[in-house]
Amino acid sequence: MELLKHTYLVLSKDLLLELRRRDSVLTMFFFGTLLLFVFHFSFDLPPDKVAEMAPALLWLAFLFTGTLGLAQLFQAERENHCLDALLLSPLDRGALFLAKTSFNLILMLLVELVVMPLFWILFNLSAWNLLPQLFLVTLLGTIGFCVLGTIMSALTLRARARELLLPLVLFPLMIPVILATIRCMESVLKNGEFGDAVSWLKLLLGFDVIFMTVGVLIFDWVIES
Amino acid sequence: MAASTQPVEKRKGILGGLAVVAVVIGLYWSLAVAPPDAYQGEVQRIMYLHLPSILTAYLSYFLVFVGSAMYLWKREKRDDLLAHAAAELGVLFTALTIIEGSIWGKPTWGVWWTWDARLTLTAILLLIYAGYLMLRSLIDDESRAASAAAILGIIGFLDIPLIHMSVYWWRTLHQPPSILRPDKTPWETVHPSLLTALAISFVGFILLYFYLLSLRYRVGEMRQEIKALRLERGA
Repeated sequence: MELLKHTYLVLSKDLLLELRRRDSVLTMFFFGTLLLFVFHFSFDLPPDKVAEMAPALLWLAFLFTGTLGLAQLFQAERENHCLDALLLSPLDRGALFLAKTSFNLILMLLVELVVMPLFWILFNLSAWNLLPQLFLVTLLGTIGFCVLGTIMSALTLRARARELLLPLVLFPLMIPVILATIRCMESVLKNGEFGDAVSWLKLLLGFDVIFMTVGVLIFDWVIES
Repeated sequence: MAASTQPVEKRKGILGGLAVVAVVIGLYWSLAVAPPDAYQGEVQRIMYLHLPSILTAYLSYFLVFVGSAMYLWKREKRDDLLAHAAAELGVLFTALTIIEGSIWGKPTWGVWWTWDARLTLTAILLLIYAGYLMLRSLIDDESRAASAAAILGIIGFLDIPLIHMSVYWWRTLHQPPSILRPDKTPWETVHPSLLTALAISFVGFILLYFYLLSLRYRVGEMRQEIKALRLERGA
């Protein structure tokens, strides 16, 4: 219970800050949209190919925007030694991890909720009725991304060139999530249902659960390193 | 100081000597004694290097995991030195595996590289542990670098089974394992002299690996000693 209360406190602090400044969510949203334009120009896909390429393009856009958010995730704490103050307070480190993860998750989901329909419009996709299933996949994938991303963002906090280092250590570890989400979405777009891709969904769920647990357990070491 | 390190140095020398002997015997056995492969011919002999290299790399990543976990638990510098040394050697042996694999792949598959599951997995391992070394070198504070690296060492190792699963589901084209098959014992499927060659090669690689590891570990130790001496002199 204490854990949830602490999580809520840190999360509401971050949300309030974001509500006042809107730095991250706006940059992420514009970057995501920009990527859709860039993809559209550079691939110039024929209409019948779009559905095939959509999952990969969409997920690349999410990955890049998500990384942008992660790089900013501890920005407020870096200024004025706020991190030290936060660590001095009797705050459960697991709660800090959960709060930061949820914060980044909320930002990414907000962006995705807009970017995905936008993608459908820009690329003239007709399968609007499949959006709920695709959102489910995206939700599970985004959770995995945020969980591992928060750990890595905290890990690279004190490194030189940390914005460059973050994707370098994060992306190879994200391969299961990237593959699973893209295959799931492909299956949904092709067959209108998950079918065999259910095992991919289970893999995603497993990834989320494993690294969520690992994160809560080891964040103590992560943030103090 | 000098007196206490001497027996260690001597043992290390013996280990190095044994490694050289085993590697030479292994090479002789795999090049001259074992028969060429029924389908692939002489080129298949790369296997005697290829398989031991990747197994050694996996052993190395396991040691990174052990060293990292021990370091976080006990905070002893030696565990961190072990993890660091093992990570470097792991990257080295993974890179070797990929190079040998390419040389083997070109004549048998017709391409240097293909996006088969096992190749992809190996490449991802290389990227993860190259990232580990990058992370270490980009954090100035030494104990912080050690903790951060230890965490990455643990997470990376935990992630391997998931990556393994996902790339296997994604695709597989690599020849199915011919030595460790679930349905048959190795003695039924392959020529015994081939297995002997592989076993000797493997022993040679393991000995060589531990020799290199002890050298690399010593380099880490010496760095610590130099740093301590500098502090002592107030430089």
